[in-house]
Amino acid sequence: MSQAATSQAAASVTPSAAEPIQRRAIALVSGGLDSMLAVKVMQEQGIHVEGVNFFTGFCVEGHTHAIRKKDKDKNKRNNALWVAEELGIKLHIIDISEEYKDVVLNPKHGYGAHLNPCLDCKIFMVNQATLMLNKARDLAGEKGFDFIVTGEVVGQRPKSQRKETMPIISSESGADDRLVRPLSALNLPETLPEREGWLDRSQLHDFSGRNRKPQIALAKRFGLEDYAQPSGGCCFLTDESYSRKLADLWQARNERRYELDDIMLLKVGRHIRPQPHLKLIISREEGENRFLEGYRYQFTSLTTVSCPGPLALVDGRFESEAELEQAAAIVARYSKGRGDESVTVEVKEPGGVAREVRVAPARPDDIPKAWLVA
Amino acid sequence: MNETIHDLDVRRQLCPIPVIKTQNKVGELAQGEVLRVTCTDPGALNDIPAWCRINGHEVLATEESDLEVVITLRVGEPSVAL
Repeated sequence: MSQAATSQAAASVTPSAAEPIQRRAIALVSGGLDSMLAVKVMQEQGIHVEGVNFFTGFCVEGHTHAIRKKDKDKNKRNNALWVAEELGIKLHIIDISEEYKDVVLNPKHGYGAHLNPCLDCKIFMVNQATLMLNKARDLAGEKGFDFIVTGEVVGQRPKSQRKETMPIISSESGADDRLVRPLSALNLPETLPEREGWLDRSQLHDFSGRNRKPQIALAKRFGLEDYAQPSGGCCFLTDESYSRKLADLWQARNERRYELDDIMLLKVGRHIRPQPHLKLIISREEGENRFLEGYRYQFTSLTTVSCPGPLALVDGRFESEAELEQAAAIVARYSKGRGDESVTVEVKEPGGVAREVRVAPARPDDIPKAWLVA
Repeated sequence: MNETIHDLDVRRQLCPIPVIKTQNKVGELAQGEVLRVTCTDPGALNDIPAWCRINGHEVLATEESDLEVVITLRVGEPSVAL
Protein backbone atom coordinates (compact mmCIF):
# COMPACT_ATOMS: atom_id res chain seq x y z
CA MET A 1 0.00 0.00 0.00
CA SER A 2 1.36 3.41 -0.93
CA GLN A 3 1.95 6.07 1.72
CA ALA A 4 -0.86 8.18 0.33
CA ALA A 5 -3.30 5.24 0.44
CA THR A 6 -2.20 4.43 3.99
CA SER A 7 -2.83 7.93 5.24
CA GLN A 8 -6.22 8.03 3.46
CA ALA A 9 -7.23 4.77 5.19
CA ALA A 10 -6.09 6.15 8.56
CA ALA A 11 -8.15 9.29 8.02
CA SER A 12 -11.21 7.26 7.14
CA VAL A 13 -11.21 5.34 10.43
CA THR A 14 -10.80 8.44 12.59
CA PRO A 15 -12.94 11.07 10.89
CA SER A 16 -14.14 12.71 14.10
CA ALA A 17 -10.60 13.67 15.09
CA ALA A 18 -10.29 15.81 11.96
CA GLU A 19 -13.80 17.09 11.34
CA PRO A 20 -15.16 19.79 13.61
CA ILE A 21 -18.64 19.23 14.99
CA GLN A 22 -21.19 21.37 13.23
CA ARG A 23 -22.86 23.38 15.97
CA ARG A 24 -26.63 23.65 15.94
CA ALA A 25 -28.88 26.52 16.96
CA ILE A 26 -32.59 27.06 17.49
CA ALA A 27 -33.65 30.48 16.19
CA LEU A 28 -36.82 32.33 17.17
CA VAL A 29 -38.26 33.25 13.78
CA SER A 30 -41.04 35.82 13.76
CA GLY A 31 -41.11 36.39 10.02
CA GLY A 32 -39.58 39.86 10.30
CA LEU A 33 -36.25 41.12 9.02
CA ASP A 34 -34.29 40.99 12.28
CA SER A 35 -34.71 37.29 12.96
CA MET A 36 -34.08 36.61 9.28
CA LEU A 37 -30.75 38.47 9.46
CA ALA A 38 -29.82 36.81 12.76
CA VAL A 39 -30.19 33.40 11.10
CA LYS A 40 -28.19 34.53 8.06
CA VAL A 41 -25.33 35.70 10.30
CA MET A 42 -25.30 32.29 11.98
CA GLN A 43 -25.39 30.43 8.68
CA GLU A 44 -22.47 32.53 7.49
CA GLN A 45 -20.49 31.04 10.39
CA GLY A 46 -21.40 27.49 9.44
CA ILE A 47 -24.03 26.97 12.12
CA HIS A 48 -26.92 24.60 11.39
CA VAL A 49 -30.07 26.54 12.27
CA GLU A 50 -33.66 25.41 12.73
CA GLY A 51 -36.43 27.91 13.40
CA VAL A 52 -39.25 27.98 15.90
CA ASN A 53 -42.27 30.21 15.63
CA PHE A 54 -44.73 30.47 18.49
CA PHE A 55 -48.49 30.82 18.00
CA THR A 56 -49.94 32.83 20.88
CA GLY A 57 -53.38 33.54 19.42
CA PHE A 58 -52.54 37.25 19.23
CA CYS A 59 -50.29 36.93 16.19
CA VAL A 60 -51.00 39.31 13.33
CA GLU A 61 -50.88 36.94 10.41
CA GLY A 62 -52.36 36.21 7.05
CA HIS A 63 -55.55 34.82 8.56
CA THR A 64 -56.94 38.28 9.24
CA HIS A 65 -56.61 38.95 5.53
CA ALA A 66 -58.18 35.57 4.86
CA ILE A 67 -61.25 36.61 6.87
CA ARG A 68 -61.83 39.98 5.26
CA LYS A 69 -62.86 39.72 1.66
CA LYS A 70 -61.69 43.26 0.92
CA ASP A 71 -58.17 42.12 1.86
CA LYS A 72 -58.30 39.11 -0.42
CA ASP A 73 -55.64 40.48 -2.74
CA LYS A 74 -53.23 41.01 0.13
CA ASN A 75 -50.54 38.40 0.47
CA LYS A 76 -51.82 35.56 2.63
CA ARG A 77 -48.40 34.06 3.12
CA ASN A 78 -47.24 33.21 6.61
CA ASN A 79 -44.09 35.30 6.90
CA ALA A 80 -42.32 32.90 9.29
CA LEU A 81 -42.77 30.03 6.81
CA TRP A 82 -41.73 32.24 3.95
CA VAL A 83 -38.58 33.37 5.79
CA ALA A 84 -37.68 29.77 6.68
CA GLU A 85 -37.99 28.76 3.06
CA GLU A 86 -35.86 31.70 1.91
CA LEU A 87 -33.21 30.76 4.47
CA GLY A 88 -33.40 27.04 3.73
CA ILE A 89 -34.12 26.11 7.35
CA LYS A 90 -36.70 23.88 8.98
CA LEU A 91 -39.43 25.66 10.92
CA HIS A 92 -41.35 24.27 13.86
CA ILE A 93 -44.57 26.19 14.59
CA ILE A 94 -45.59 25.66 18.19
CA ASP A 95 -49.02 26.36 19.65
CA ILE A 96 -48.42 27.99 23.04
CA SER A 97 -51.79 29.76 23.18
CA GLU A 98 -52.94 27.97 26.33
CA GLU A 99 -49.76 28.45 28.37
CA TYR A 100 -49.45 32.00 27.06
CA LYS A 101 -52.59 33.10 28.92
CA ASP A 102 -50.62 33.44 32.13
CA VAL A 103 -48.17 35.78 30.35
CA VAL A 104 -51.02 38.04 29.23
CA LEU A 105 -53.00 37.90 32.46
CA ASN A 106 -50.16 38.12 35.00
CA PRO A 107 -47.10 39.73 33.48
CA LYS A 108 -44.41 39.95 36.15
CA HIS A 109 -42.77 42.89 34.39
CA GLY A 110 -46.04 44.64 33.53
CA TYR A 111 -47.49 45.90 30.27
CA GLY A 112 -46.16 48.23 27.59
CA ALA A 113 -48.23 51.08 26.20
CA HIS A 114 -51.30 48.83 25.88
CA LEU A 115 -51.92 45.25 27.04
CA ASN A 116 -48.64 44.08 25.50
CA PRO A 117 -46.53 42.16 28.02
CA CYS A 118 -43.48 42.34 25.73
CA LEU A 119 -40.73 41.58 28.25
CA ASP A 120 -42.58 38.65 29.84
CA CYS A 121 -43.45 37.45 26.34
CA LYS A 122 -39.82 37.41 25.24
CA ILE A 123 -38.74 35.66 28.46
CA PHE A 124 -41.49 33.09 27.97
CA MET A 125 -40.59 32.40 24.34
CA VAL A 126 -36.87 32.08 25.03
CA ASN A 127 -37.72 29.81 27.96
CA GLN A 128 -39.83 27.61 25.65
CA ALA A 129 -36.92 27.44 23.21
CA THR A 130 -34.58 26.55 26.10
CA LEU A 131 -36.87 23.70 27.14
CA MET A 132 -36.87 22.48 23.54
CA LEU A 133 -33.10 22.74 23.38
CA ASN A 134 -32.73 20.72 26.58
CA LYS A 135 -35.25 18.12 25.42
CA ALA A 136 -33.58 17.75 22.02
CA ARG A 137 -30.16 17.39 23.68
CA ASP A 138 -31.55 14.67 25.94
CA LEU A 139 -33.15 12.84 23.02
CA ALA A 140 -30.61 13.38 20.29
CA GLY A 141 -27.26 14.14 21.93
CA GLU A 142 -25.01 15.77 19.37
CA LYS A 143 -27.93 15.92 16.93
CA GLY A 144 -29.65 18.16 19.44
CA PHE A 145 -29.00 21.88 19.72
CA ASP A 146 -26.26 23.95 21.33
CA PHE A 147 -27.67 27.44 21.67
CA ILE A 148 -30.55 29.81 20.95
CA VAL A 149 -30.60 32.76 18.56
CA THR A 150 -32.92 35.76 18.46
CA GLY A 151 -33.04 38.86 16.28
CA GLU A 152 -33.18 41.19 19.28
CA VAL A 153 -31.48 44.57 18.96
CA VAL A 154 -30.56 46.67 21.98
CA GLY A 155 -32.72 49.79 22.19
CA GLN A 156 -35.12 48.78 19.46
CA ARG A 157 -38.25 48.20 21.55
CA PRO A 158 -39.14 50.40 24.50
CA LYS A 159 -40.41 47.57 26.68
CA SER A 160 -38.40 44.46 25.92
CA GLN A 161 -35.35 45.31 23.85
CA ARG A 162 -33.33 47.60 26.11
CA LYS A 163 -29.77 47.19 27.31
CA GLU A 164 -30.97 46.50 30.85
CA THR A 165 -33.66 43.99 29.81
CA MET A 166 -31.38 41.81 27.68
CA PRO A 167 -29.69 40.12 30.68
CA ILE A 168 -33.09 39.73 32.36
CA ILE A 169 -34.34 37.77 29.34
CA SER A 170 -31.19 35.61 29.36
CA SER A 171 -31.38 34.78 33.05
CA GLU A 172 -35.14 34.52 33.65
CA SER A 173 -35.64 32.33 30.58
CA GLY A 174 -32.98 29.91 31.81
CA ALA A 175 -31.05 30.24 28.55
CA ASP A 176 -28.29 32.24 30.28
CA ASP A 177 -25.17 32.42 28.12
CA ARG A 178 -26.57 30.04 25.52
CA LEU A 179 -28.67 32.94 24.20
CA VAL A 180 -27.02 34.76 21.27
CA ARG A 181 -28.24 38.00 19.68
CA PRO A 182 -26.06 38.17 16.56
CA LEU A 183 -27.24 41.64 15.53
CA SER A 184 -26.37 43.25 18.88
CA ALA A 185 -23.77 40.84 20.28
CA LEU A 186 -20.97 43.43 20.43
CA ASN A 187 -23.10 45.54 22.79
CA LEU A 188 -23.57 42.59 25.14
CA PRO A 189 -21.37 40.27 27.22
CA GLU A 190 -19.69 37.34 25.50
CA THR A 191 -21.82 34.21 25.33
CA LEU A 192 -20.89 30.53 25.63
CA PRO A 193 -20.79 29.90 21.85
CA GLU A 194 -18.36 32.81 21.46
CA ARG A 195 -16.13 31.67 24.35
CA GLU A 196 -16.07 28.12 23.05
CA GLY A 197 -15.06 29.29 19.59
CA TRP A 198 -18.23 28.01 17.94
CA LEU A 199 -18.82 31.61 16.83
CA ASP A 200 -16.36 34.27 15.77
CA ARG A 201 -17.37 37.30 17.84
CA SER A 202 -15.62 39.67 15.45
CA GLN A 203 -18.12 38.66 12.75
CA LEU A 204 -21.13 39.54 14.92
CA HIS A 205 -22.75 42.99 14.95
CA ASP A 206 -23.22 46.04 17.16
CA PHE A 207 -26.62 47.29 16.02
CA SER A 208 -28.54 49.39 18.50
CA GLY A 209 -31.52 51.71 18.58
CA ARG A 210 -34.53 52.12 16.37
CA ASN A 211 -32.61 53.13 13.26
CA ARG A 212 -33.18 50.40 10.66
CA LYS A 213 -30.41 51.45 8.29
CA PRO A 214 -27.86 48.86 9.52
CA GLN A 215 -30.39 46.06 9.08
CA ILE A 216 -31.31 47.26 5.61
CA ALA A 217 -27.62 47.48 4.65
CA LEU A 218 -26.97 43.97 5.98
CA ALA A 219 -30.00 42.65 4.10
CA LYS A 220 -28.56 44.19 0.95
CA ARG A 221 -25.18 42.55 1.60
CA PHE A 222 -26.94 39.18 1.93
CA GLY A 223 -28.88 39.86 -1.28
CA LEU A 224 -32.22 39.90 0.54
CA GLU A 225 -34.66 42.12 -1.29
CA ASP A 226 -38.06 40.85 -0.20
CA TYR A 227 -38.79 40.87 3.52
CA ALA A 228 -41.64 41.87 5.82
CA GLN A 229 -41.59 45.58 6.48
CA PRO A 230 -41.47 46.57 10.14
CA SER A 231 -44.93 47.73 11.11
CA GLY A 232 -44.88 48.14 14.88
CA GLY A 233 -44.88 44.53 15.89
CA CYS A 234 -46.40 41.21 15.03
CA CYS A 235 -48.85 41.05 17.93
CA PHE A 236 -52.37 42.42 18.28
CA LEU A 237 -51.68 43.31 21.92
CA THR A 238 -49.56 46.25 20.76
CA ASP A 239 -52.66 47.61 19.01
CA GLU A 240 -54.55 50.21 21.04
CA SER A 241 -57.99 49.36 19.68
CA TYR A 242 -57.51 45.63 20.15
CA SER A 243 -56.28 46.12 23.73
CA ARG A 244 -59.35 48.22 24.51
CA LYS A 245 -61.60 45.40 23.27
CA LEU A 246 -59.76 42.91 25.46
CA ALA A 247 -60.01 45.18 28.50
CA ASP A 248 -63.74 45.63 27.79
CA LEU A 249 -64.18 41.84 27.66
CA TRP A 250 -62.56 41.44 31.08
CA GLN A 251 -64.60 44.28 32.56
CA ALA A 252 -67.87 42.84 31.27
CA ARG A 253 -67.04 39.42 32.70
CA ASN A 254 -65.80 40.82 36.01
CA GLU A 255 -62.73 38.67 35.65
CA ARG A 256 -59.55 38.59 33.65
CA ARG A 257 -59.75 35.46 31.55
CA TYR A 258 -60.17 34.54 27.88
CA GLU A 259 -60.47 31.60 25.55
CA LEU A 260 -58.93 31.32 22.09
CA ASP A 261 -62.30 31.98 20.43
CA ASP A 262 -62.66 35.23 22.42
CA ILE A 263 -59.39 36.65 21.19
CA MET A 264 -60.01 35.54 17.61
CA LEU A 265 -63.40 37.27 17.63
CA LEU A 266 -61.82 40.50 18.88
CA LYS A 267 -60.00 40.67 15.54
CA VAL A 268 -63.24 40.64 13.56
CA GLY A 269 -66.26 42.89 13.05
CA ARG A 270 -67.75 45.96 14.68
CA HIS A 271 -68.09 45.58 18.45
CA ILE A 272 -71.01 47.39 20.11
CA ARG A 273 -71.97 47.07 23.79
CA PRO A 274 -75.50 48.44 24.35
CA GLN A 275 -75.74 46.82 27.79
CA PRO A 276 -73.00 46.02 30.31
CA HIS A 277 -73.84 42.31 30.03
CA LEU A 278 -74.32 42.20 26.27
CA LYS A 279 -72.08 42.89 23.28
CA LEU A 280 -72.85 42.59 19.58
CA ILE A 281 -70.15 41.53 17.11
CA ILE A 282 -71.44 42.71 13.73
CA SER A 283 -69.79 41.67 10.48
CA ARG A 284 -68.64 44.45 8.18
CA GLU A 285 -68.50 42.51 4.95
CA GLU A 286 -69.02 39.13 3.35
CA GLY A 287 -65.74 37.58 4.49
CA GLU A 288 -66.47 38.42 8.11
CA ASN A 289 -70.02 37.17 7.66
CA ARG A 290 -68.66 33.78 6.63
CA PHE A 291 -66.24 33.73 9.51
CA LEU A 292 -68.90 34.58 12.11
CA GLU A 293 -71.21 31.98 10.56
CA GLY A 294 -68.89 29.35 12.02
CA TYR A 295 -69.71 30.56 15.55
CA ARG A 296 -73.51 30.39 15.30
CA TYR A 297 -73.48 27.04 17.07
CA GLN A 298 -71.91 28.76 20.12
CA PHE A 299 -73.57 32.19 20.19
CA THR A 300 -77.06 33.63 19.78
CA SER A 301 -77.04 35.32 16.37
CA LEU A 302 -79.06 37.97 14.59
CA THR A 303 -79.37 38.65 10.89
CA THR A 304 -81.74 40.67 8.73
CA VAL A 305 -84.09 38.63 6.55
CA SER A 306 -86.24 41.30 4.86
CA CYS A 307 -83.16 42.88 3.27
CA PRO A 308 -79.44 42.06 2.86
CA GLY A 309 -77.56 42.77 6.04
CA PRO A 310 -74.83 41.68 8.41
CA LEU A 311 -74.60 38.71 10.70
CA ALA A 312 -74.20 39.58 14.37
CA LEU A 313 -73.20 37.41 17.29
CA VAL A 314 -74.41 38.16 20.80
CA ASP A 315 -71.71 37.86 23.43
CA GLY A 316 -73.82 37.79 26.59
CA ARG A 317 -77.52 37.32 27.11
CA PHE A 318 -80.79 39.18 26.62
CA GLU A 319 -82.44 39.93 29.95
CA SER A 320 -85.65 41.21 28.35
CA GLU A 321 -87.54 41.39 25.06
CA ALA A 322 -86.68 45.11 24.97
CA GLU A 323 -82.97 44.31 24.96
CA LEU A 324 -83.47 41.83 22.12
CA GLU A 325 -85.38 44.43 20.08
CA GLN A 326 -82.70 47.03 20.79
CA ALA A 327 -80.03 44.63 19.46
CA ALA A 328 -82.16 43.84 16.40
CA ALA A 329 -82.58 47.57 15.70
CA ILE A 330 -78.79 48.05 15.86
CA VAL A 331 -78.21 45.18 13.45
CA ALA A 332 -80.87 46.63 11.12
CA ARG A 333 -78.99 49.93 11.23
CA TYR A 334 -76.07 48.26 9.46
CA SER A 335 -78.27 46.55 6.84
CA LYS A 336 -79.41 47.67 3.40
CA GLY A 337 -82.78 48.43 5.01
CA ARG A 338 -81.42 51.14 7.32
CA GLY A 339 -83.66 53.73 5.60
CA ASP A 340 -86.80 51.55 5.77
CA GLU A 341 -89.59 52.00 8.26
CA SER A 342 -89.06 48.50 9.60
CA VAL A 343 -86.80 45.51 9.04
CA THR A 344 -87.32 41.84 9.91
CA VAL A 345 -84.48 40.33 11.93
CA GLU A 346 -84.03 36.63 12.59
CA VAL A 347 -82.86 35.72 16.08
CA LYS A 348 -81.39 32.26 16.51
CA GLU A 349 -80.26 30.59 19.71
CA PRO A 350 -77.34 28.19 19.32
CA GLY A 351 -78.84 24.86 18.34
CA GLY A 352 -82.33 26.33 18.86
CA VAL A 353 -85.26 27.41 16.75
CA ALA A 354 -85.07 30.71 14.89
CA ARG A 355 -87.72 33.37 15.37
CA GLU A 356 -88.28 36.73 13.74
CA VAL A 357 -88.81 40.22 15.14
CA ARG A 358 -89.81 43.32 13.22
CA VAL A 359 -88.07 46.52 14.32
CA ALA A 360 -87.42 50.07 13.20
CA PRO A 361 -83.72 50.38 12.35
CA ALA A 362 -81.76 52.35 14.93
CA ARG A 363 -80.85 55.91 13.90
CA PRO A 364 -77.27 57.12 14.30
CA ASP A 365 -78.20 59.01 17.49
CA ASP A 366 -79.59 55.80 18.99
CA ILE A 367 -76.07 54.32 19.07
CA PRO A 368 -73.94 56.51 21.35
CA LYS A 369 -70.19 56.51 20.76
CA ALA A 370 -69.69 55.09 24.25
CA TRP A 371 -71.26 51.84 23.06
CA LEU A 372 -68.64 51.36 20.35
CA VAL A 373 -65.80 49.22 21.65
CA ALA A 374 -62.71 50.16 19.70
CA MET B 1 -51.82 -1.77 -3.90
CA ASN B 2 -54.31 0.47 -2.11
CA GLU B 3 -52.59 2.94 0.13
CA THR B 4 -54.14 4.02 3.43
CA ILE B 5 -54.84 7.73 3.43
CA HIS B 6 -54.99 9.42 6.82
CA ASP B 7 -57.42 12.35 7.08
CA LEU B 8 -57.14 15.58 9.03
CA ASP B 9 -60.11 17.95 9.23
CA VAL B 10 -59.10 21.52 10.05
CA ARG B 11 -62.10 23.24 8.55
CA ARG B 12 -63.06 26.61 10.11
CA GLN B 13 -59.62 26.98 11.67
CA LEU B 14 -57.41 29.85 10.72
CA CYS B 15 -53.76 29.69 9.77
CA PRO B 16 -51.42 28.91 11.34
CA ILE B 17 -53.59 26.40 13.25
CA PRO B 18 -54.09 24.14 10.17
CA VAL B 19 -50.29 24.13 9.72
CA ILE B 20 -49.68 23.32 13.40
CA LYS B 21 -52.22 20.48 13.33
CA THR B 22 -50.71 19.14 10.10
CA GLN B 23 -47.26 19.28 11.69
CA ASN B 24 -48.50 17.45 14.80
CA LYS B 25 -50.31 14.79 12.77
CA VAL B 26 -47.29 14.24 10.51
CA GLY B 27 -45.24 13.72 13.69
CA GLU B 28 -47.46 10.72 14.50
CA LEU B 29 -47.09 9.12 11.06
CA ALA B 30 -44.25 7.09 9.60
CA GLN B 31 -42.15 8.10 6.63
CA GLY B 32 -43.98 7.31 3.39
CA GLU B 33 -47.50 7.51 4.83
CA VAL B 34 -50.07 9.76 3.15
CA LEU B 35 -52.10 12.49 4.84
CA ARG B 36 -55.03 14.41 3.37
CA VAL B 37 -55.78 17.77 5.04
CA THR B 38 -59.12 19.53 4.52
CA CYS B 39 -59.19 23.27 5.30
CA THR B 40 -61.43 26.28 4.78
CA ASP B 41 -58.81 29.00 5.29
CA PRO B 42 -57.50 29.76 1.79
CA GLY B 43 -54.18 30.75 3.39
CA ALA B 44 -53.55 27.04 3.96
CA LEU B 45 -53.08 26.66 0.22
CA ASN B 46 -49.83 28.60 0.57
CA ASP B 47 -48.85 27.70 4.10
CA ILE B 48 -49.15 23.91 4.19
CA PRO B 49 -47.19 23.32 0.95
CA ALA B 50 -44.55 25.82 2.18
CA TRP B 51 -44.32 23.94 5.48
CA CYS B 52 -43.96 20.66 3.54
CA ARG B 53 -41.19 22.02 1.31
CA ILE B 54 -39.28 23.36 4.32
CA ASN B 55 -39.56 20.17 6.32
CA GLY B 56 -38.99 17.63 3.57
CA HIS B 57 -42.50 16.31 2.95
CA GLU B 58 -43.91 15.82 -0.55
CA VAL B 59 -47.12 17.53 -1.63
CA LEU B 60 -48.96 15.02 -3.82
CA ALA B 61 -51.98 17.16 -4.70
CA THR B 62 -53.78 20.40 -3.89
CA GLU B 63 -57.43 20.90 -4.73
CA GLU B 64 -59.37 24.11 -4.27
CA SER B 65 -63.11 24.65 -4.44
CA ASP B 66 -65.20 27.68 -3.44
CA LEU B 67 -65.34 26.62 0.17
CA GLU B 68 -62.56 24.14 0.80
CA VAL B 69 -58.91 23.47 0.19
CA VAL B 70 -57.64 19.87 0.24
CA ILE B 71 -53.92 19.15 0.41
CA THR B 72 -52.53 15.62 0.15
CA LEU B 73 -48.96 14.97 1.24
CA ARG B 74 -46.53 12.14 1.72
CA VAL B 75 -44.54 12.16 4.97
CA GLY B 76 -40.80 12.59 4.54
CA GLU B 77 -37.85 11.83 6.77
CA PRO B 78 -38.48 12.58 10.46
CA SER B 79 -36.57 15.49 12.01
CA VAL B 80 -35.39 16.02 15.60
CA ALA B 81 -38.52 16.50 17.71
CA LEU B 82 -38.74 19.94 19.28
